[in-house]
Amino acid sequence: MSSSSSGNVGIVIVSHSPKIAEGAADMVRQMVGSAVPLAWTGGDVDGGLGTNVAGILAAIETAWSPAGVAILVDLGGAETNSEMAVEMLAEDRRARVVVCNAPVVEGAVIAATESSGGSPLAAVKRSAEEFYA
Amino acid sequence: MHDGNVTRAAQTFVPLTASAVLVNKVGLHARPSVKLTQCAKGFAAKIELALAAGGPWTDAKSPVKVMRVKAPQGATLHFRVTGSDAKAALAAVLALVHDGFGEA
Repeated sequence: MSSSSSGNVGIVIVSHSPKIAEGAADMVRQMVGSAVPLAWTGGDVDGGLGTNVAGILAAIETAWSPAGVAILVDLGGAETNSEMAVEMLAEDRRARVVVCNAPVVEGAVIAATESSGGSPLAAVKRSAEEFYA
Repeated sequence: MHDGNVTRAAQTFVPLTASAVLVNKVGLHARPSVKLTQCAKGFAAKIELALAAGGPWTDAKSPVKVMRVKAPQGATLHFRVTGSDAKAALAAVLALVHDGFGEA
């Protein structure tokens, strides 16, 4: 699931459950629209609950934007695997990808809303993280 | 020279205010909040909203803050808009509220 219609910050949703990740992406698309590059990934390589680095890397690639990518994660492994995926990116891209400290569903919608207005990566992250502020 | 006056004129806009009643059923919940903030972000002006004419004022460009207002159907939304494009911004947000955010 992707859109590359603009230079807006891309959003990646990472959940242990592919259903949650896909559902959160559906909410973003319906509530915010298609002006934001968006990708989701969920589940381990065997199709069970979990996350995998390759899937996260592929999602980052799909949602890539020159403005950067904000990743929304659910629990533990989703965060550590996302951080691992970021470390595996080419150096020039690494600095333009952030993992947000925000609830995955709400954070994704808010991050995408901020991105759809053309805000830079730091503002997108800050807005998503307002939930815990 | 005259620069000081020009600068001051550019920075001190008189806030424009107006209000509108929320007509859509769900009030200012998630989806309308997103629409409102997206609309607000299209303008340079500072746009704030409140449930009373005297505030407290909430940044209409922050979806999280707008959702926290939890304005129900029938509530009167007050807007306070400050900036060079305030007039257009105010017209746009009022139109959105009057239109029920495109919802029933």
